[in-house]
Parts: sequence; C-alpha cells; structure tokens
Amino acid sequence: MTTQTTQTTQTTHKVTLTINGQPYTAEVEPRLLLVHFIREVAGLTGTHIGCDTTSCGACTVLVNGVPAKSCTLLAVQVDGAEIRTVEGLEQDGKLHPVQDGFVQEHGLQCGFCTPGMMLTAVALLERNPQPTEDEIRRAISGNLCRCTGYVNIVKSIQYAAKQMREAQATPAPAPVGAEV
Amino acid sequence: MATETETPIRGMGHSVKRKEDARFIRGRGRYVDDIKLPGMLFLDIVRSPYAHATIKNIDASAALAQPGVLAVITGKDLDAAGLAWMPTLMGDKQMVLPVDRVVYQAQEVAAVVATDRYAAADGVALVNVEYEPLPPVTDPIKALEADAPLVRPDREQKTNHIWHWEAGDAARTDELFNQAEVVVKEDLYIPRIHVCSIETCGCVASFDAVEGKLTVYMTTQAPHAIRTVFSLVTSIPEHKIHIISPDIGGGFGGKVPVYPGYVIACVASIKTGHPVKWIEDRSENLQADSFARDYHITAELAAKRDGTMQALRVKTIADHGAFDAAANPSKFPAGLFSVITGSYELDAAHVEVDGVYTNKPSGGVAYRCSFRVTEAVHTIERMVDVLAQKLSMDPAELRLKNFIPPEKFPYKSPTGWEYDSGNYPAALRKAMEEIGYEQLRREQAEKRARGELMGIGLSTFTEIVGAGPSHTFDILGIKMFDSAEIRVHPTGSAIVRIGVQTQGQGHETTFAQIVAEELGLPVENITVEHGDTDTAPYGLGTYASRSTPTAGAATAVAARKIREKAKNIAAHLLEVSPDDLEWENYQFRVKGTPGKAVTMQQIAFAAYTNHPQGMEAGLEAVDYYDPPNLTFPFGAYVCVVDIDRGTGEVKIRRFLAIDDCGNIINPMIVDGQIHGGLTMGMAPALLEEITYDENGNIQQGNFMDYLLPTAMETPAWETDKTVTPSPHHPFGAKGVGESATVGAPPAIANAVVDALSHLGVTHIDIPITPWKVYKILEEHGVAES
Repeated sequence: MTTQTTQTTQTTHKVTLTINGQPYTAEVEPRLLLVHFIREVAGLTGTHIGCDTTSCGACTVLVNGVPAKSCTLLAVQVDGAEIRTVEGLEQDGKLHPVQDGFVQEHGLQCGFCTPGMMLTAVALLERNPQPTEDEIRRAISGNLCRCTGYVNIVKSIQYAAKQMREAQATPAPAPVGAEV
Repeated sequence: MATETETPIRGMGHSVKRKEDARFIRGRGRYVDDIKLPGMLFLDIVRSPYAHATIKNIDASAALAQPGVLAVITGKDLDAAGLAWMPTLMGDKQMVLPVDRVVYQAQEVAAVVATDRYAAADGVALVNVEYEPLPPVTDPIKALEADAPLVRPDREQKTNHIWHWEAGDAARTDELFNQAEVVVKEDLYIPRIHVCSIETCGCVASFDAVEGKLTVYMTTQAPHAIRTVFSLVTSIPEHKIHIISPDIGGGFGGKVPVYPGYVIACVASIKTGHPVKWIEDRSENLQADSFARDYHITAELAAKRDGTMQALRVKTIADHGAFDAAANPSKFPAGLFSVITGSYELDAAHVEVDGVYTNKPSGGVAYRCSFRVTEAVHTIERMVDVLAQKLSMDPAELRLKNFIPPEKFPYKSPTGWEYDSGNYPAALRKAMEEIGYEQLRREQAEKRARGELMGIGLSTFTEIVGAGPSHTFDILGIKMFDSAEIRVHPTGSAIVRIGVQTQGQGHETTFAQIVAEELGLPVENITVEHGDTDTAPYGLGTYASRSTPTAGAATAVAARKIREKAKNIAAHLLEVSPDDLEWENYQFRVKGTPGKAVTMQQIAFAAYTNHPQGMEAGLEAVDYYDPPNLTFPFGAYVCVVDIDRGTGEVKIRRFLAIDDCGNIINPMIVDGQIHGGLTMGMAPALLEEITYDENGNIQQGNFMDYLLPTAMETPAWETDKTVTPSPHHPFGAKGVGESATVGAPPAIANAVVDALSHLGVTHIDIPITPWKVYKILEEHGVAES
C-alpha cells in the first residue's frame, strides 16, 4: 500500500528499501521511522514496537546485515539499504535454524519480542558461529523479554548454533539456513 | 500409549512443542497493532503534565486546523453523552476524560482523531490546555492526615480513605501476643511496580452504524467481562458488542482493567463512522496504566523461645492511586492477602488493610500475581527469617519446625482458607539436598571469616490461585466460573473453545493436550480457539493463574461428558451393553475381551453416520465449571548471593526453584512459566520501583529509567518439582503461571539480609539496589572504597 503519512505535511522524499530481497519504493515524510515504513508501507507486521527509548529491541531488524533498532532510524536515513526482517528468515519453506531453535527449546511465549530477538541471534551466529553462553547473553542484552526469563532463549540460540555448525561441516546436502 | 492409533495422542505430561509458535516465529502473529481496517483513523491522547490541577480551558482550534486532524474529544463532549466517568471493576468510578480537574500525572485530558498516527501526534502537541496546579499528595500515609489535599472531592466521603478490610481473629491474636515469649516486628514496603508487557495496550474500535454493532480488537485478558461492562456503560445491547482479544504480547495483570483509551476509541469510532486505532507509547503505558503493589506493611510475629510460631499481626496501608480500579474479586478489596500465614501452622492471625487514594495512577492490579499474594508471601517469608535471626536458628530448621504437616491437609488456615493439598517438608528437603545446603553454610562461614559477603536465602511459599468458587468469588457480580465447549468432527478431529484467553501461556497447546488425554484423539488434530466473544463460551479470562484450575477443569469435564455419550455409541457399535465396556488405553473395549474395541475416531464417525436410534446425532459438549475450592500451589526456593563490597552489587550465583503445581499438562511449558516468573520475581527484588517526587512527577516513566531485567542480570535458573495433586481438580492440577513471581522476591531478599546478618541487619526493603547495599556496607564500615 502507499503510506498514509504523506497526507499531513508537504515535504516528502522518495525512499527505496530492499526488504527481504524485495524492493519497496514510497514517497515518505522525512520523519517516518523505519519501523513504520516496514510495518505500514511494506505491510510486514512481524517487526514490533515495544518502547520509545530504543531500549526493548522488539523492533530489531538487520540493516545491511547489522542488527538495528528500527524505531530509532528514519526511513530516509537508510535509503537504498538491504533490510532483513523476521519474514525473510524462512527460505524455500525451510525454517532458519534460529526459528527452529526457538520452537524446539521453547524460546518464546507471547511471541512479541521474538522477531527482534531472533534477528539479533541470526546476526550473532553469522559473525560468531560458536558463541559462549556469556557471549549469547551479551548479544541479546539489548532485547527485552518479559515472559521467558531468557534461559530458553539462550538454549534456542545454542541449538541453532549447533545446527548451523553441523550443516557447515556436512558438504551435502545443501547447508541448512546458511543463506545470507 | 494407544498402540492402535497411528498418530500419538500426546496428552497429559508430554512436552508437546507449541502449536502457536508456527505463526510467531514467522512474524505472522496478529497483535492489535497489526490490525488494519479500511478507512481506519488513529487516536492519540493529550495527557496532564500535573499530578493535581484544575482545568481552566481546553483550546483545540490549532489542533483542528492541522492537516489530517479530524476531531478533538474532551471530557465535556463525553459528559454530554454521560460517558465522562466509567465504573471500575472494584465498584468505584473512574474518569474517562476529565471535565474540570486532573488527579494524576499523565492522566488522559483530551483525544485527537486523525488520518494517521503522525498527524494525531501533531494534533496532540497543538491542543492547548490551561491548568491551575493544586497541591498533590503521593504518600498514602500523608494522604490520611486531616489537612491532606483531597484526591476525590466527587465522593460523599471527604477523606482519602477508601475502605478498611480485615481477616482473622483480633482478640485471639492479641492474647497470644500478650503472652508471647518472643515477638519480632518489621516495617516492610512493597514498592509500586509496573507489569510492562512488551506489547503496550491498545485497540481498534469499529462501529457499524447500519448493524448497530461495535467490534473492538483489544489488548484484554478478559474479553467477555469487557463486553458485559461495555454493554452496561454504553447501553449497546450485549449481542451487538463483539470483543476480540487477538494475539496478546504479554498480560501479567496489566491488561485486565478498562483504560480510558479503549472507551475513547469506541466513542471516536461511533462519532466519526470510521474504525479507530489507539495504541499507547511505552511511556504512556508506564506512566498512566494501572500499577501493582505499593503496600506499606507493619508485621509482627509471636513465637515461643523454641521457635514454635504462634501468631501473626499485620497492618497495611494500600496505595490505590486516584481511582480504586484494582482488578480484585468484589468481596476482596485487598485480594487474597489473607493467605499471609503461608505454609506455617499458626494458632491465630489478624490482618488489616486500609485502601487510600493518592494523586497517582490507579494501583492494585496484579503483576503476575494472584490478587496480592506476592505482598502476603513476601511478608511472611521475610518475618520467618527475622524470627530465625532473633532466635539464632537456621531459617531452614525454623521452617521445618513450623510447616503445616502433610497429614493435616485439607488444612483450615487461621484466616479462613482451606488449603487443598501440600507437602512442604518434602519440597524444602529436596531443595536443600539438590543445592547442597549444608555445604553452602560451611562455605559461607569460611567466607565470612575472610570478610567476604555471601548469603543463602530461602522461600517456602504457598500460593492461592484459581478463583474461584462462585459462592465467594465474583467480579461486578459475575461469578468466577469458567467454561469450555468441545465439538468432535466426524473424522475424529476436534475444536475446543474456551472462556479464558492466552497471552503467552500456550493454551492452544495445553488445552488440546487435556482433550487429547480425555478423548484419546491426537493432540495435533485438536484446535483451540479463544478470545473471541462471538464464538467462545462466556468466561472470566486469564489472570491470577486461573486458566488451568477453572477452564482447564471445564475442558476435562466437557470431554468427559463427550466420553459418556461415546460410550453408548461404542456399545451400539460393539453390540454390547455400556456396562460391559471399559475405557482403557484411549479406547472403549469389552471387559475381558481386549481385542474387541473401538477408538474415539471410530465413535466420532458413527456419531454422525450410524448413531443409535433415539440418540441425538453429533459429539459435542459444553461445561461451565464452578470450582469447589481454590488450588494451593507451593514451592521451596533457595537463592545464593555474593555481594561486592566495592559496589554493593548483589550477584545471584545460584537460584534453585522446586515447584509443586500438582499434575502437569506440559512440563516444557511449566518450566518456561517458572523461568519467566522467577525473572519477574527478581525484577522488583533487585531492579524495579516506581517513585514520585513531592510534586507528583513520576521518576521512572520510561525504559531508560525503569529497569527491566536483561539477559545479563538474569541468572541461569535451576528448576525441579515435587508433585502433590489437587484432590478436587478433575485432573489434579493447580495453577503455575505466577508461583515463581510470588515466591522469588523473599528468597532473594532473605539471601541478601543473610549475607549481612552478622552486621545486625534484619531487613532491607526491595528493590535491593547496589546503592542501598553500599550505604549499609558503609554504615557498618565494611565497604571497600
């Protein structure tokens, strides 16, 4: 859809973002937050909003591969960027190992923080395939979860790490979730 | 297991992976803010910067001139429609929008309706409200003084005192105190905290003028109760109100009350003829939505010199803010606080609570807690340790001496509760053994000799959940039963609709497991629906750990009704008398001839294709379950802390939780509930507190200042269980969602006090922050600079 936010003020900018490999172009106000571009312009509502101080991480997405809190970036700031959201994790009907880990280890309850938490985990495992528990906890310390007490989130990420390492070690069949 | 069925049943006791996860891990959950209706407008709220003020004037002209702004709604508009005030769940009334005065900071003052959320926010900034500040009162003890500012001049009674409530036997308690060999006394403050579910509150209200029907997608834990209240308040017939509680991003009690924003959004939809969305910001949520705790407690415990506990006397000032909008059963203004005698056999107890108005947002909602049980448990568990310290007894030994013995259940408490079942010594002994209690005590002694600060804290709590028996429990007169409706389809799959609602507890999985177990149908063939008042049977909602004790029971009973009918169909199919059949291995078989049997799937098909003459076709049942009693989960927790003498920081080294919630439906989910509960128990013990300055300004109004635990502070919780089934629940279960939030804070506080007890420290109020501890270390000359 086109953004409703163009109705209020005069100045708009043309922004093009590639989200999960698909381009989205819209005329947007300079004040439009990236998270609102993702949710309302692209219509991808898996990315959530949990606070207004960049504290909770529910809105975490990957911007050019780096985790970023999309409530604190303007869409115009990241014009041209590659964005990855929770909707882009599953590939060809196959869950990303992090998604699988969250199911297997009961890493989610209400599910609201889960997309942001998983994207932080994906970025961690892409740069550090064998993180220690402390490294995992440190990596997700910018993502708040009120339901799980983090124990099973840590286990979920450890599960995914193991799956990804094993897939890497096995030349065939094709690596599970190793796409970038 | 049913070897005859190809697909496993996976009923009670299986760690079935959650059905709801499939959508959540793909970003396909449907939360309120994800709802988008054609022509939808946005609502944003103007809030008061003052805690107490008169409103001289509201000028909306600049806002209305702003492009995109369509309407500004004020208290005067609502007053004209008789909607400026609404009833609270506690029989008080609450402003939806004020006509002439505000009574807490961040109170809703006016609402702006606009074409999108940015335009609505622009409008809010342009509404010009002229205030005349009044002196506020934010301390409930000062609020009771004769010259205190009056928070609620609308009431007949011109004081800030709301109600007095008491339980137990005052005369007998006083008598025991007069004769007591030992008395200990402490003042405890249980701080004001906020649930802060990661999803804030909001709704999409859509009024269809042609049908006269109001549909509201809403972040609510109790959709049916909301429908009834909305009908009573607005005079819209109840069948023309449709409340949908879609996926909810955490509740914890904060989504039980009716907040003004919901009502204003409904009014705005009726007024504009468009669907209207209202979603709070985090800061709004944290500053204005209902709070928990805020109890000022004085507790005394009387005992013999040998440690035999005799009587408990408690006086409490409860800060309920400006409106008594707590979500308690109507006969219990202080909730179930009177469970305060806990796991101990006392001769007498007397508990008093006085509710007080202050210029703060409403208090008294739960924070993952069954109606004030956390305050009660913190008090008794702290006081047992205070007594142990006074008598120089080990706190474990003192507990074991005073536990209600397992053979005395069902046990009638001195404040009138009948505990269903318990085995407290078994839980504590298991905890002590698993954590190596004696060894830890030796380590502590060695460290203490070296000047290191290590503490071991216990909490052996009893909870009271599952409201409740309808003779005692109601909300606004609606009895607190709960319900389930099951339909088995011809091919042997089924749909279950329940009167409770899930906010992460996993009902779509666990309620399917209950039906799977009772009917012998594979769990994957059972769909569970909830949260939609047009389709689900009437229920009171999910809070206070009541889903499994009430709707879980209803589900089992409804399934058993189906099984009774199925037995007659089975007899017809097998050409025997129903009396010749037994339900064994998830199928009906002829007694003595195990080979002659039919499965529920075969029976389901027959129910629609080949049912006996004279019997109704179909296979379905509904049950409204009125529990005969509450359930009393319990646990034994051990916390080990190390204290940094240089910073005052408390580090939880180990925390072991032994929980007993009776028979378990899904061990994986129970473990997850306990992990989360422990974290929400640690939060107020070490981090979270809401305070106000003398002008009524909130000091922790956003996530920069209000500190939720992150993965860094949260320890790797250790859990285990004992199993003492509830004797009156259909499958022996008790609630579990809140046990750990209730049980954890005193274990942590007791551990910290234990680490400092040799210095003469007997009590520290939570949250036990590094600064608080450092000041104590400094005072006793043991701080490292």
